Amino acid sequence: MKTEITINGRASTIEAAPNTLLAQAIREHLQLTGTHVGCDTAQCGACTVLINGDAVKSCNVLLAQVAGCDITTIEGLQSEDGTMHPMQQAFKDCHGLQCGFCTTGMVMSAVDLCRKHPKADESMIRELLEGNICRCTGYQNIVKAVQQGATNMNT
Amino acid sequence: MGSNDFATLPHIGESVLRKEDERFLTGVGQYTDDIQLNNLVHAVFVRSPYAHANIRSINKTEALAAPGVIAIYDGQDVTQDNINGLPCGWLITDTDGQPMKEPPHPILANGKVRYVGDHVAMVIADTLEQARDAAELVEVDYDALPAIADVRDAKAEGSPQLHDEAPDNHCYKWSIGDKGEVDAAFEKADHITKIDLVNNRLVPNAMEPRAAIGCYNRASDEYTLYVANQNPHVERLLLTAFVMGLPEHKVRVIAPDVGGGFGSKIYLYAEDVCVTWAAKKLNRNIKWAADRTEAFLSDAHGRDHVTHAEMALDKDGHFLALRVQTDANLGAYLSTFSTAIPTILYATLLAGQYKTPQVYVEVDAWFTNTAPVDAYRGAGRPEATYLLERMVSRCGWELGLSQEEIRRRNFITEFPYQTPVALQYDVGDFPQCLDKATALADVAGFEARKEASKAKGLLRGLGYSSYIEACGLAPSNLAGALGARAGLFECGEVRVHPTGSVTVFTGSHSHGQGHETTFAQVVAARLGIPVENVDIVHGDTGRVPFGMGTYGSRSISVGGSAIMRAIDKIEAKAKKIAAHLLEASDTDIDFANGEFTVKGTDKSIPFAQIALTAYVPHNYPLETLEPGLNETAFYDPTNFTFPSGTYICEVEVNPETGETRVDRFSAADDFGTIINPMIVEGQVHGGLAQGIGQALMENCVYDRETAQLLTGSFMDYTMPRADDFPEFKIDHVCTPCTTNPLGTKGCGEAGAIGSPPAVINAVLDALAPLGVKDLDMPATPLRVWEAIQSAKAQ
Repeated sequence: MKTEITINGRASTIEAAPNTLLAQAIREHLQLTGTHVGCDTAQCGACTVLINGDAVKSCNVLLAQVAGCDITTIEGLQSEDGTMHPMQQAFKDCHGLQCGFCTTGMVMSAVDLCRKHPKADESMIRELLEGNICRCTGYQNIVKAVQQGATNMNT
Repeated sequence: MGSNDFATLPHIGESVLRKEDERFLTGVGQYTDDIQLNNLVHAVFVRSPYAHANIRSINKTEALAAPGVIAIYDGQDVTQDNINGLPCGWLITDTDGQPMKEPPHPILANGKVRYVGDHVAMVIADTLEQARDAAELVEVDYDALPAIADVRDAKAEGSPQLHDEAPDNHCYKWSIGDKGEVDAAFEKADHITKIDLVNNRLVPNAMEPRAAIGCYNRASDEYTLYVANQNPHVERLLLTAFVMGLPEHKVRVIAPDVGGGFGSKIYLYAEDVCVTWAAKKLNRNIKWAADRTEAFLSDAHGRDHVTHAEMALDKDGHFLALRVQTDANLGAYLSTFSTAIPTILYATLLAGQYKTPQVYVEVDAWFTNTAPVDAYRGAGRPEATYLLERMVSRCGWELGLSQEEIRRRNFITEFPYQTPVALQYDVGDFPQCLDKATALADVAGFEARKEASKAKGLLRGLGYSSYIEACGLAPSNLAGALGARAGLFECGEVRVHPTGSVTVFTGSHSHGQGHETTFAQVVAARLGIPVENVDIVHGDTGRVPFGMGTYGSRSISVGGSAIMRAIDKIEAKAKKIAAHLLEASDTDIDFANGEFTVKGTDKSIPFAQIALTAYVPHNYPLETLEPGLNETAFYDPTNFTFPSGTYICEVEVNPETGETRVDRFSAADDFGTIINPMIVEGQVHGGLAQGIGQALMENCVYDRETAQLLTGSFMDYTMPRADDFPEFKIDHVCTPCTTNPLGTKGCGEAGAIGSPPAVINAVLDALAPLGVKDLDMPATPLRVWEAIQSAKAQ
């Protein structure tokens, strides 16, 4: 079946089986491999993308469910000139990543978090990041990065 | 160059932002499953649903007829092609002088399966979905057998037997130390403290599940294996020389971006072999990528010890002798380094930071119907530290000495120090680490905080742990004498390009540790060039000369030292070129800050010009010196390195619910010279999260009757999340390692090694007023609540 979506600002028509997951469509049909799949129970959040601006685990959504939606993946976060999004930059500046695998989903969640809660404090950030698992960083520098990213996004 | 001089160079001790980050942050990292190739087909494994069963028959007919199916292979196909089982890399010799029992470890089951998830057949199809669907159609007729999961059941008389080669499921009995001296010391003891504990089984759970792509090029008769792996050269060595019988030059192993390892990606796994072998048979590129359930079932797990230990003390609280008996669960088969973990990397650490004159450790290793157990972050050293620091804290409580005092009275303070369990510590400052930790933790303010908690109906406790670990594996001759079947050196190649930029090829592998930045800092510091002019290449046997890879916190101390040696050679040759250009003797040439100068003159020449001259040798001493500036070095360490530190954990426990909250965590580590403090602190944070995870929530559980894995997903196995931790407080002591040119000791595992006993000691301290004296990890709310109830009942 055909599904039309907007992906990172561009209209796209995807021909895929009806049981295709959004994560699968993004990785396999659109070849955007920055969206990672780290589990099979919608627990880890590595596959998080923005659907109409909301952070959603793309492994838990069928492609067919997002027909007509505006999807942003990690590849769509930078400016056209290649400048990283303030949240991406904050993760780099704060050493908020190590192996990088959970990072892309973590950054997408963080962007949504900061848009909705621009003044979130440390404990609120920790609580709101509960849907994203990182095995490397112990979260401390991720929390710092989100705080700095929130500041950067608001200036 | 000595380590003292090295530490003063520019960029050393500087928190340089990571060179690798931009690709990860923008989604263009290339993990194995991200790699797309032409002619790519997909593999799915049929895995045993039984923990222990004979296979009567495998019927592939229906599956082979399913859409898109290309081939289905089972154990018979593997045997027909003379593909061997997986080798074990470390031979442990039994106390009776006999080699350990080493049963075959087939890549696809040969008539019998021995754990849930064991590999039965590989289905290859055009698409992943087709392979999955067909895998469900493979009919395997199993004859189920009784199974064992718990090490305490493995040794029981009449228990089910896994391997004909290993009677009583026993792999080896191994010991270290002088039993006679230890027993004599116990005779004279004023006090004996005893402890029984379980070191809980863990699943490493790197966020990137394992993946492998096998490729074969008919034109060159060469294989390429892309694999999520921590040591591609070791993988190739095992794959070619031991399993497939191929010459190494015909196999290239590429470990591209790898999403965390923590030990679980050190080993050669069955899936890696299967896709490589079948790539030639089918002349297709074959991809396999684990889903998380498969990772839980088939990745090598960690820990799983049951231990009884006794400490003999004199009346003043001095340790006289330690006696330990440990049963270690090895799982169903011997994974690559499994046998070394509960022996060489465990028992040798049981002197800890203390001048205990005598230590005797006996280890029995057993087979069970569970996934193989091997190194997981810390590998043996967390088990040692957990035992010892629980013991030391209990000694303090029993003798009425403070947690600081029992440690200070027994700390080793003179170096080098020869322990009674083989290791010789080169350097350290244990009291200073303890001082810094107590200051960080504001121990002075604890009583006031405890009162405040009490007012809220909560219990507050303080727990200590003073750990030491042996890293920088390892002097090859020593490792060989202890049973290692490989060397443990590292290799580095430094290639200076004509315009003065540098590419370094290292046998270490980065899967999150930041080598591309830290190693570049080392090279930039030595050569006096900008960090951005240095690129680090790793993870490709086709580009890197050789390597033993990354595990055991060895990368900077061993891999970094190899690079230092290669730079020594570069510097020596460059001085000769400079001497020629400056018309001086090379012994009169100094090199500093990227400039070669003639001693006592203002004549100088920059590094970049020497590089250009080496490749454009128009004015060059060609009769005595080869052109080019490209040097390789192998470095074999002369000793382990010994990171150490003290961790202090403060918890608040709700006695009504059993919930434990880590309120404060303070870590004072001595990693020797630190090259990039930002990266080092990140490593400590990550280690602490895993260690606190082990102490409070993580637990891999097999059903004791059926050996079915009960914690096979993130729904059942508790992974630590952001809201499980406070902000960690970190400080450092620096006593540079004396046995390598950098002065570094390694920092990757410390957090996971030192933290579990600090947490449990804190919980026990909090629960002491209720009479709770013992608690096993993980201290979940249920376990804590049960411990409280059972103490009340007494």
